[in-house]
Amino acid sequence: MLYENTIKVLFVDLSSRKIRIEKRGDLKDFLGGVGVASKLLEENMKPELDPLDEQQPAIFAIGALSSIYPVITKTVAMFISPLTGELGESYAGGRLALTLFMAGYDAVVLTGKSHNPCYLSITRQSVEFMDARPLWGMNSDEVGRVIREKEAGSGKRSILRIGPAGENRVAYASVCVDTYRHFGRLGLGAVLGSKNVKAITVIGDRDIPIANFKEYFKVYRSIYDKVTDTEIMMKYHDVGTPINVASLNAMGALPTKNLSQGRFEHADAITGEAFAANNLVRKLACTGCPVGCIHIGQFRREFGKGYEYEAVSVGYDYELLFSLGSYLGIKTPDEILKLIEAVEKTGLDAMSCGVALGWATEAYQKGLVSDSETMVPLDFGLTENYISAIWHIAGAANDFYSALGRGCYHAATVYGGRDFAMTFAKNEISGYHTGYGIVVGSVVGARHSHLCNGGYAIDQAQKQMSDHEMVDALLQEEKERCMLNSLIICLFARKAYDRATVIGACRAVGLEIEDSDLTQIAEKIFHTKMRIREKLGFTLENVQLPKRFFVTPGLNGVLDETITKKMIGMYAARVAAEMET
Amino acid sequence: MGSVIIARILKAKEMSRCIGCFSCMLSCAAVNQRNHSLAKSAIKIKTAGGLSGKMVAVVCAGCTGVRPCAEACPSGALIERTGGGVLLSVDKCTGCQKCAAACALGAVFFDSDAGKPIICKHCGVCARFCPHECLEMEDS
Repeated sequence: MLYENTIKVLFVDLSSRKIRIEKRGDLKDFLGGVGVASKLLEENMKPELDPLDEQQPAIFAIGALSSIYPVITKTVAMFISPLTGELGESYAGGRLALTLFMAGYDAVVLTGKSHNPCYLSITRQSVEFMDARPLWGMNSDEVGRVIREKEAGSGKRSILRIGPAGENRVAYASVCVDTYRHFGRLGLGAVLGSKNVKAITVIGDRDIPIANFKEYFKVYRSIYDKVTDTEIMMKYHDVGTPINVASLNAMGALPTKNLSQGRFEHADAITGEAFAANNLVRKLACTGCPVGCIHIGQFRREFGKGYEYEAVSVGYDYELLFSLGSYLGIKTPDEILKLIEAVEKTGLDAMSCGVALGWATEAYQKGLVSDSETMVPLDFGLTENYISAIWHIAGAANDFYSALGRGCYHAATVYGGRDFAMTFAKNEISGYHTGYGIVVGSVVGARHSHLCNGGYAIDQAQKQMSDHEMVDALLQEEKERCMLNSLIICLFARKAYDRATVIGACRAVGLEIEDSDLTQIAEKIFHTKMRIREKLGFTLENVQLPKRFFVTPGLNGVLDETITKKMIGMYAARVAAEMET
Repeated sequence: MGSVIIARILKAKEMSRCIGCFSCMLSCAAVNQRNHSLAKSAIKIKTAGGLSGKMVAVVCAGCTGVRPCAEACPSGALIERTGGGVLLSVDKCTGCQKCAAACALGAVFFDSDAGKPIICKHCGVCARFCPHECLEMEDS
């Protein structure tokens, strides 16, 4: 906790409905955020049990500088992923970090299972177990509305909720945070569903006097000006991340139609600029972020004859335009927004859902599955059928959709088509077919995400790297992000928060820290994560990659499988050597 | 060589531009109350109907005629501010909360830790830290 020498952890046992608070001095060595959450995961996980066993923990943590400086807005969730069976880690913005900070908790650990569906109401004074039986089965947006109207604290409250997908334990079910942000990847929604937790509200109103106002505000102001007055963050606010559609398409790195292509013939119609011109109606921010990268797009839906329309608004980002756009051959912004709406209501991770549907489409085309499995014909560009399929996944409508709900790696082991089930160690791919950086980086990354170590950025950098250099760069970046995620700075602001800025920000609130400390903390967190995945039985040697990575040309041509495997092996050896010492 | 001091008043004029970053609240609480807590801010940003609804600002309108909050104050702790609004004389305040009840806008907040109302003094720090020009200081 800020200005204190301990990390305050709230333990909630859903089975017995008892809570416990621990103040842990030892956890201060991890700064906060992903450091604290990793340690708590290591201590509380049960590697021998199923990821969705009720004894498994779901952990939330804020960072050492959460909410007190601009763009330090994220909360981390850690759990065992039902999608990969190993380390689960996901980040969400919104108001959660601020409300946890104001409620006075650095971390929350949920274990057990509520006997009835419940929602948790967490405040500074208590944790209430509220009856959620009437909410069970509701779509994510409806749950938010009901709780918003019922609970006090408008404006300083955060509401997390799952949709039907989480209830039905879809392995990539997400948790919606404050309408437009999510714990997306790796299935935290299923973990909450397995615990009968439909929603969580956090309200905080703690008195937090500033220890050294002069020093603190000087640093606050300089960071605020840096992120608002300079171009450093402009890209995220203006067109937003969807600006990548045009550039990645031009590079031939935009995964299209289940990565059978790196360019989309209708890309011009779905660029960030096209969305901005036709659909963008609003921008929003996470609490404490003056940048405001959340882009809200609107479409009109005709629901009856006689000019009956409704206006529907949903958030959009690059990753969604790829996974529910080019990847499925969707040609217009309105149609992509419709798919996003379905994913929002059901509570699915947009990336995994789109990529899983890409595999299903090709499996259907190749005759591995038929109408009796898919229930609707699947073909690239068929928006309405994809909407049906999304609801079928969320509802686990039949054996096929139950399998697809466990991820396309799993579905392909049942139905065939592993060569084009596009995953990095069971986690569905991200939107960058840029080269070895993204493939190797995502495979070796602790959570198999493009955000683990930013391999796509290494691929796009001008600098040519040898295999060794690239492996080094990935390892170094992964560790640096462990440090940033212990604070927890939004990774969009990683360039604004260079080490000197981080150190200055820490010192202004009495955290005496040096450059070498940050390096040490980064290493410590990284090694904790590596221990967790080892305990969960993960080894890089066993990772199988779909052949298509090595068939479809991307930004850096056609990748060689042997080189890819060699680099993964080099990384594994580097980490093994570090872990021995 | 005398200069004319023009008292300025905060106006939340362009709230349709608001991105809900709460930088105004964070900076107000920090500068005026030396506190990290949003609850200490004299300006409150709320959503009308969740995040998909509109953002609204609840803040002192800077009344120039009768100040209902000052009128309701039994101990004379709220003093008319030149140009509009009031200033709080902390020593005279008993924490009775009559000012909060008297404000038709609900713009007088109460600091339950300090036992005193939170009164906007129209200092403009919130406008300085508004990234989207929703808040402006206007000559009164």
